[in-house]
Amino acid sequence: MSAFIRIENAVKTFGDPERGGVPARDCVRALDGVTLTVEQGEVVLVIGPSGSGKSTLLRSVNRLEKLDSGEIWIGDDSVTARHADLRRIREDAGMVFQSFNLFAHMTILENVSLAPRIVRKLSATEAREHAAAILARVGLSDKLDRFPRQLSGGQQQRAAIARALAMTPKALLFDEPTSALDPEMIKEVLDVMTGLADEGMTMMVVSHEMGFARAAADRVVFMDKGRIIEQGTPDELFARPKEERTRDFIRHIL
Amino acid sequence: MHSPNGMHSPNGMHSPNGMHSPNGMHSPNRTMGMKRNRVAAFAGGVPWWLVLLAGLGIISVGTALSNATYRVIFGAVARGFGVTMTVAVVSYAASLLLGLLLGLARASRARPLREASTFYIELVRGLPMLVILYYIAFVGAPALAGLLNALLAPLIKLGVIAAFQSRSFSFATRAVLALTLGYAAFIAEIFRAGIESVDKGQIEAAHALGLSHSQTMIRVVLPQAVRNVLPALANEFIAIVKDSALVSVLGVQDITQIGKVYAASTFMFFETYNVVAFFYLCLTVSLSMLVRALERRLKRESVR
Repeated sequence: MSAFIRIENAVKTFGDPERGGVPARDCVRALDGVTLTVEQGEVVLVIGPSGSGKSTLLRSVNRLEKLDSGEIWIGDDSVTARHADLRRIREDAGMVFQSFNLFAHMTILENVSLAPRIVRKLSATEAREHAAAILARVGLSDKLDRFPRQLSGGQQQRAAIARALAMTPKALLFDEPTSALDPEMIKEVLDVMTGLADEGMTMMVVSHEMGFARAAADRVVFMDKGRIIEQGTPDELFARPKEERTRDFIRHIL
Repeated sequence: MHSPNGMHSPNGMHSPNGMHSPNGMHSPNRTMGMKRNRVAAFAGGVPWWLVLLAGLGIISVGTALSNATYRVIFGAVARGFGVTMTVAVVSYAASLLLGLLLGLARASRARPLREASTFYIELVRGLPMLVILYYIAFVGAPALAGLLNALLAPLIKLGVIAAFQSRSFSFATRAVLALTLGYAAFIAEIFRAGIESVDKGQIEAAHALGLSHSQTMIRVVLPQAVRNVLPALANEFIAIVKDSALVSVLGVQDITQIGKVYAASTFMFFETYNVVAFFYLCLTVSLSMLVRALERRLKRESVR
């Protein structure tokens, strides 16, 4: 195995007063020197209380957030370089959002075929066939012509996963993919994610889903106040946490 | 039964000067009791204001057909109908285009673009439309002629084209230019509000898929933004139809100007302005009903 995502000493502050933001006391250091490596094919679950910086960390990997300092690589490409090739980075690392963010004015098929057509320059027919095949994989073959609002939350999130997969990414970033779902819909999304993990997809997942952690995660990382406090296999971290803060947090979510 | 108006228009971008928004003047108030609901249902759900307006219209047409004086006035004023519509349609089309560009600049991340378009919008919105009209007609047109002469000086020297003069631009052209420049500012604000009404998550999702800024704008943001502000944009057309009457001050032969001249020469002010008002109302009331239908349809689709 080789390192696929490398994060070194990532620092990010929101509301920097030097940039005309809020007063210094309201500044939030979202990332306070985070170093983390995700191996090829590894599934890493990031947990932590709200405001711990876990989403910011994830969003920095495909540069939806820009770091103040520190470096990130995906494969051999620097994400944090001044003139980073954003298109390439984002093709390599697909993203799935908490609130799905499907394009509201497009059908499910159009949602999934848009980026292959516009970014990959596939022909309309190729893109459609490619998208239909991926939607079949997530079990949405009968919803191709529906609009996002006509689907249940679980179906929407599966479509959003299909949209990310359509760019054949080498890694997937999941930002709390089941937090906006009703309980009965969580399983269908986790099943799709577990399937991807089994196929060897490199995944970084911000989530508190214990079931998924036990079934698919290779490693669990606990973050608090912008720092990584502790990491280990799901068994180690959940059953025998070493740090007091980790123990506290795990007591709360279990 | 009725859709609450303004549902689709993001906040604070109703009508530029407030006078031409048909919204709210009839909106079925929420306190309307069961009894009145039944009465409305009995009338087929047709609102009373519309029945009243339609009745007035029928009486007007009846009078016009039976009364020789009105028939003559109708014929005379109708000659201005084409001019009014041309001025309104051309100005509207041009101000949609210019307004879109200004709106995009206003929502842009590039500060110079943002500042420049804000400067233009604030400047123009701070002037009465009538002043813009006079200004473009008597200051703008000579300036434009001078500018074109300077730019095309080589061609003019060679005698390929004649030098421009103020009167190279007809008053109708100047009027259209003035309405365009004025309305573009209002329409730009509508587009900006539309762009800002699109959920940020949509933009992030597009970026995360590798779409560039312009691809995201064209494929994801604008289609949703335009849909959100379609009723507001349509209301601007109604407004421009009404404001097109201002071009009469430049002597452009629109409905208002023909009415004004006709009334002055015959002293039939009452009859003539009745006819003028009738023409405008036919246009604006039917258009505003179309906007309503559009709003209802958009609302139905969004909850489908």
